[in-house]
Amino acid sequence: MTNHWRDLKNTDLILINGANPAEAHPVGFQWFMRAKLDRGAKIIHADPRFTRTSAVADTYLRIRTGTDVAYFGGLINYVLENNLFHDEYVRNYTNAAWIVKDGYSFKDGLFSGYDANTRTYKVDTWSYEQQSSEGGPNEPNPGLVQGPTQPGSGFAATDYTLQHPRSVFQLLKQHYSRYTPDMVERITGIPKADFLKVAQQVGEMGKLDKVMSIVYAVGLTHHTTGGQLIRSAAILQLLLGNMGRPGGGMNAERGHANIQGNTDNAISWEILPGYLKIPAPGQKTIKDYVDQSASKASHPNSWNFFGRNYSNFMVSLLKTWYGAAATKDNEFAFDYIPKPAGNASWITIYDQALKGKMEGLFLSGMTASSIGPDSNQVMDALGKLKWMVVMDPLPTTSSEFWRRPGADPKSIQTEVFLLPTTHWIEKDGSFVNSGRWVQWKEQVIQPQGNARHDHWITADLLDRVKKLYQSGGGKFPDPILKLTLDYKDPLKPTLDELLQEMNGKDLSTGKRLASFANLKDDGTTTSGDWIYTGVYPDPSAPTVAGRSDANLSKRRDGVQDVAKNDPTGMGFFPNWSWSWPLNRRVMYNRASADLQGKPWDPKRPGIQWNGSAWTGDVPDYPPTMNPSDPAAWLPFIMNGEGTGRLFSSSMVDGPFPEHYEPMESPIANPLHPSQSASPVAFLYDKAAGRPNRFGTAKDYPYVATSYRLTEHEHYVTQHVPHLVGLQPQPFVEIPYELGKKLGIKSGDRVRVSSMRGRLEVLALVTKRLGPSIIDGKKIYQVGIPIHWGFVGIAADNDPSKGKNWLANALTPFVGDANARTPEFKAFLVKVEKL
Amino acid sequence: MALSITPGEKYGFFTDTSICIGCKACEVACKEWNGLQSDNTVFLADSFDNTGALDAQHWRHVKFIEQVADAPTSVGNGQAWLMMSDVCKHCEHASCMQVCPTGAIIRTEFDSVFIQQDVCNGCRNCISACPYSVIGFSSASGTAHKCTLCYDRLQNNMMPACAQACPTQSIQFGKVDDLRAVAAKRLDAVQAGGAKNAQLYGADDSVYGGLNAFFLLMDKPEAYALPNASNSVLPGRNNLFGYLAALVTAALAVIAGLVALRRRTEPRPAPAAPVTPDEPAEAPDSAERPPAEEPAPARGESRRRRRSS
Repeated sequence: MTNHWRDLKNTDLILINGANPAEAHPVGFQWFMRAKLDRGAKIIHADPRFTRTSAVADTYLRIRTGTDVAYFGGLINYVLENNLFHDEYVRNYTNAAWIVKDGYSFKDGLFSGYDANTRTYKVDTWSYEQQSSEGGPNEPNPGLVQGPTQPGSGFAATDYTLQHPRSVFQLLKQHYSRYTPDMVERITGIPKADFLKVAQQVGEMGKLDKVMSIVYAVGLTHHTTGGQLIRSAAILQLLLGNMGRPGGGMNAERGHANIQGNTDNAISWEILPGYLKIPAPGQKTIKDYVDQSASKASHPNSWNFFGRNYSNFMVSLLKTWYGAAATKDNEFAFDYIPKPAGNASWITIYDQALKGKMEGLFLSGMTASSIGPDSNQVMDALGKLKWMVVMDPLPTTSSEFWRRPGADPKSIQTEVFLLPTTHWIEKDGSFVNSGRWVQWKEQVIQPQGNARHDHWITADLLDRVKKLYQSGGGKFPDPILKLTLDYKDPLKPTLDELLQEMNGKDLSTGKRLASFANLKDDGTTTSGDWIYTGVYPDPSAPTVAGRSDANLSKRRDGVQDVAKNDPTGMGFFPNWSWSWPLNRRVMYNRASADLQGKPWDPKRPGIQWNGSAWTGDVPDYPPTMNPSDPAAWLPFIMNGEGTGRLFSSSMVDGPFPEHYEPMESPIANPLHPSQSASPVAFLYDKAAGRPNRFGTAKDYPYVATSYRLTEHEHYVTQHVPHLVGLQPQPFVEIPYELGKKLGIKSGDRVRVSSMRGRLEVLALVTKRLGPSIIDGKKIYQVGIPIHWGFVGIAADNDPSKGKNWLANALTPFVGDANARTPEFKAFLVKVEKL
Repeated sequence: MALSITPGEKYGFFTDTSICIGCKACEVACKEWNGLQSDNTVFLADSFDNTGALDAQHWRHVKFIEQVADAPTSVGNGQAWLMMSDVCKHCEHASCMQVCPTGAIIRTEFDSVFIQQDVCNGCRNCISACPYSVIGFSSASGTAHKCTLCYDRLQNNMMPACAQACPTQSIQFGKVDDLRAVAAKRLDAVQAGGAKNAQLYGADDSVYGGLNAFFLLMDKPEAYALPNASNSVLPGRNNLFGYLAALVTAALAVIAGLVALRRRTEPRPAPAAPVTPDEPAEAPDSAERPPAEEPAPARGESRRRRRSS
């Protein structure tokens, strides 16, 4: 979230797409209801199913899954065509005025630079025209005080009248002009008249005294166009001037407890802690790495804080990992860390295993067999490993995959180890919530049986690998042998020690740091994750201010004294836990105030300039930078532009979002039938020479989407009787009209199959799902809850032992073009009564 | 934040169904606090409800009633997919109390209706008498059970577990008079928002003399299988028909008991066989509830009654 849960109470309108917060985040949902009850905010929920969120929404829109780019595109077009955007914000706080290079184009569903052989784009035309000495389009911005133009500086040419045909603003208008209400209806199935009613409400939110929040979750990310689905919504928010403001923002609801903390600390292969890029082959020095990874300022008033500090953050990370072995002379041990040449994302892991290129696999805190996608193929992949270690408190479908119903254990050679680990109630540590709050928790019970903490198992493994290197030598032992383990007991680090390590310290004084602004690239500072610097400062730091514990994630100054603990009344509660970065509650909050530093809406201030300093939330800006100073930074200090990006070259599938059909779709893309699906999504099976596993609407006529229910948490609650009792058996949701057509009643057993696998479960026939008219064709969507498998109470109670209960047996082995997050949310199936 | 709960005052629930999100946290919190069991293995194929009914092990039950229009767009606002966290109403005219022959059922110092487990003799009169089918029989304890309004928590200045757990404050706990004032305001707001059928249920004395656990409903009571003001007849000891019905009940119970005994010796059906929603309720249970005393809950009747533990 750019904002946080409690902040939702400050909003006027909430758009919910690809999310079901009433079911997935019932506790956070209290703030949606507060906004509704206390200030009359409206909720608009667009979803393939009428869910428990729709039940309390003001407006429910039945949208075809995977078409939110068209929905948001239609809203963007409406806002642009009717001049409902926040003009001053768009002109000064976005890159609308930046001029794009000659050569950029978009035609027949393809952006310039496409290579059909590699299914990739060359992105050199997706960048800005440079300022030139011959004059040209370098119109100064009359509203914004700024430095002189600097030809040859690498700064972008701009036109603040927004009239230049290659200005981002004009290109944006042109791009979205195709997303008419009629086109929205053809793609999404939302009737034009209903869409226009919503567009009207959304269009109001560009006014200064209005603000809208967009809330999303994995219903947007789990698509081949996942990244662009989110960008579409972000563009809408930038146009309405809603980024950085209390009650506004782009608010991702994160999944099970601490997925946010996992992401911050590099759960995903392409990043290091703190969202630093993973180094690439050929990079030999820190300079090579920074040159290729960090953003560059494209405007004289851009601070480019992240890009400017990239080497400080990277060197401090390397010093954390390699301590004294990381010196200026050896480039701070940069050569110790991997520079992967290939993709190593989730689906790729199983693709490599399928190809026989993997020997072993550790699974910690998840179950690959259930998670999928294409669970049958994933289990084939697991069967090709020599060994697999499952670290989990309870048996999972992965630890049991070799004896799943229907499998012949004799034919599976994989040696499987189940290492019992502690559950989170058996350890302390922190959870980071969707609002980026690091919240410490206590251990509730002692570890049961022989369970060990995951991080103790990892520490023990490292110790044993080190000993092997010490005794047996090896090609490149230093990256392992020189790792620092600066803990009281290196075999049993405490989570408190790990948080201190993430926070980092000044090596010359030994004191922990209070801000990442103090990190240096000369080897005198450490930080295991720069965005966490400040969570656990030195006890002498002003932020600790007499507290007995410097671990600020333990702070709990909340509603027990609202007047004292929420001085602005905006719900920031600055002394409740600690939120990254620097305890800031609303990110990009410089954009909550106008050029002079006055809040756009005085009733809902984020930060404001009082003549000598910024007050309110922790400013996302230098605390005493006068906004009237000609050298004052632009508001979005983290990127090269200094402004919100309506146009971005950081995505692999286009500088503007474009609607592409899911890989399995019932129709050809009405915008460009010749380029129906994403041109750059990586096709694993095809690339590996495996048979095609995508179905067509001829054989699989219904659209399906998968999801969670409030009663269960993924797969682990299959072991919890109270929750199993609430949703005791697997089922699928069938539209009432389709049920009638197929002769299926609630409680009947049905088979749902895709090209990849089948599900044999009970049916729940309901009017909460129904037909949509898509490009003139009647389309039914079928709902697939994911929680069941061959492990747990429900399976134990069933003679089939949960055979054909894995929802992800149906889902396709393909992911988002950028992040490769699997397309769990849109695929084709057929349905039969059993 | 400390709550102060004063003996001698009247306490209860205001359950605002317009903001219920059907998360069932109330059901789970109730079970956790009161040590109730979960042994359900059967999918009821009735929207998202797999609890089915209130009974000895289920003292909160979220009903799901689908009235969603089969249309590409619609209004939610608590009016289309009705969710209602049902509970013992702690009636002013509590028929369970009136028919209890041992005096096990009392009104506590918080004005809640409470079954004293050490006095209950397991006669089940209260089960028949309750117009809301709230009470269940536990074969483990041999006594009747229902919501206690978390009597033990109230004695320690803690609100009932369900209200504590409710994330949207759909379940509010407090003094009944205070709650009625809150409810009246809320009703105005909901009606002003266009919910024409919204109404308070049990906030005045029109049903069973008033309910300490009352509701804001988004549709007429019948939609929730609740008796309305005109058919909420008290089956008490002063009701001749009730007497007769009790006699019939007793006779049927004996027969049913014999049938059940005999059935116990017969082989049981395979445990995995899915139970269809129209499967008849178990013999002893249905037999002990004379049809005349049923508040004609069209939905409740066809439901599988949970086996008492």
